[in-house]
Amino acid sequence: MTTAQPLIQARGLVKRFGDFTAVDGIDVEVRPGEAFGFLGPNGAGKSSTMRMVGCISPPSGGELRILGMDPVRDGPAIRARLGVCPQLDNLDPELTVRENLTTYARYFGIPRRVARERAAELLDFVQLTERADSKVEPLSGGMKRRLTIARALVNNPEIVLLDEPTTGLDPQARHLVWERLFRLKQQGVTLVLTTHYMDEAEQLCDRLVVMDGGRIVAEGSPRALIEQHSTREVVELRFAADSQEAFAGKLDGLGERVEVLPDRILLYVADGDAAVAEVTALGLVPASVLVRRSSLEDVFLHLTGRTLVD
Amino acid sequence: MVDVSVAGRVRPALPRVPALAVLAHYLVGYRRTWRAGVFSSFLLPVLTVVGFGFGVGAYVDQGVGGLRYLDWLVPGLIASTAMQVAIGESTWPVLSNFRWIKTYFAQSAAPLRVGDILAGHLAFVLFRAFTSTAAFLLVTALFGAVRSPWAVAVLPVVLLLSLAVAAPTFAFSAWAPSDSYLALLFRFAVIPMTLFAGVFFPVESLPSGLRQLAYATPLWHGVDLCRAATLGVAPQWSVPGHLLYLAAWAIAGWLLARRAFRRELVV
Ligand SMILES: Nc1ncnc2c1ncn2[C@@H]1O[C@H](COP(=O)(O)OP(=O)(O)OP(=O)(O)O)[C@@H](O)[C@H]1O
Ligand SMILES: [Mg+2]
Repeated sequence: MTTAQPLIQARGLVKRFGDFTAVDGIDVEVRPGEAFGFLGPNGAGKSSTMRMVGCISPPSGGELRILGMDPVRDGPAIRARLGVCPQLDNLDPELTVRENLTTYARYFGIPRRVARERAAELLDFVQLTERADSKVEPLSGGMKRRLTIARALVNNPEIVLLDEPTTGLDPQARHLVWERLFRLKQQGVTLVLTTHYMDEAEQLCDRLVVMDGGRIVAEGSPRALIEQHSTREVVELRFAADSQEAFAGKLDGLGERVEVLPDRILLYVADGDAAVAEVTALGLVPASVLVRRSSLEDVFLHLTGRTLVD
Repeated sequence: MVDVSVAGRVRPALPRVPALAVLAHYLVGYRRTWRAGVFSSFLLPVLTVVGFGFGVGAYVDQGVGGLRYLDWLVPGLIASTAMQVAIGESTWPVLSNFRWIKTYFAQSAAPLRVGDILAGHLAFVLFRAFTSTAAFLLVTALFGAVRSPWAVAVLPVVLLLSLAVAAPTFAFSAWAPSDSYLALLFRFAVIPMTLFAGVFFPVESLPSGLRQLAYATPLWHGVDLCRAATLGVAPQWSVPGHLLYLAAWAIAGWLLARRAFRRELVV
């Protein structure tokens, strides 16, 4: 699989809006059948990248090849083989659920009858069959999202681009979407997605990049990223209010890294239980102790910082 | 599962005429709402014929140039109806497709070009203007206000007139920073044109400065052609002259609209 020709290949890809550089020279390769993720805080440039890959937004610099073609010259030919689920739903609220699929299918030259069959199949896939003939307007956010995903599949695409597919959904709807995306992946569809949810990235992505300020700050499989940028385990210590600072000084040198937050202290260590024993040996008595495995979220926060972007 | 049956047969290609696929989208939506509109598109001509033709006409003793006022007025109303429908359908719907519903953005992710997206929507606007004027023509013909079989020539004329006003309006609506600009368009273009471009009284009654302005409007050219057709007389201007002038508006409007659409969609 590693030898296969990449479906998406970006070198030094840049997107500028006036003087502002939203994507600042990124290198990305997505291989056939892979699920590839873009993680990053608000404004990192994820959507700008997705829109360039979707051949909607022309790159301002660098090189970009999709399915071996040039997105500016061969836009329609590439888009015929892509499925796009944009960050914000843009369904037609006046049309029915089914009509949203059948009219969109026409844009891909799919004959009317085939489009109807395909729509029925996709509505079943995203569990919207019962709402097929109701208008889109009154649907819940989760239903609209599922319909947008179904619409992205009308043309049986080779690559599906999903910009924050589950943002704003309740847990049930998120799990349904994950399960459906996983099925697509099993069928060999290449998935490219952006997300703010670390569990989503860990569940779905074979490989991902973390973007910050338009640049890629880390790249690899979720497991490799955790190994590379965090320790195996994290100990979360809570102390009685106000005494935190006093304790923090005494923990210096424990584990690989100590992070003092307003409400707790995090110890990044290889062995959590051993670290807790050391803390106790120092005569410190925390109000609560939690030992957990390091997660992608730890990596993410470490790489992109804890301060709000906006 | 998605991979069974149909999926294998879904061979994405490019639609043969992509703009037609776009037009089909609007027609599917229109199928749901046309009944509400059809009543008003027949009622409106009846009301105007009764109100203006018989009501106002009764005070216009000598008619216009020896013609009954109603007969003289009807072709003007046909042209102005086409213009109003064409512009109405090119304002809020276009703005909404950019800002609220974002239909154009959904379409630009499909294998359509900006020109297809624009042409498909314009075709729908022409369809709306055409069917409204055809209804108007039918109703007024029943009132005996259409005096010549040449009246069928009104139909291609209103298509060209609608394109001549809709295309630049598409450009304006794509550019408009907010929807309050659209109201300005009606106040400063549509209403003055309707009042002064020869629909209700001959342009020659205007003072010379205003008259030149009236001649410059696309509506006057449409009115003059429609009037010649329903009355079966020669227009005041040459026919090719009228057609070329309207075509110039249409082409300039198309180029401006395509540029405005590109600026919004290709970023
Ligand atoms: N059309 C545009 N014109 C000007 N600036 C833009 C435009 N689109 C995006 N930007 C800016 O580019 C930067 C990156 O935006 P982008 O939408 O790619 O971020 P993102 O990673 O998708 O963020 P989020 O997680 O909030 O969706 C932001 O600062 C944004 O304001
Ligand atoms: Mg985004």
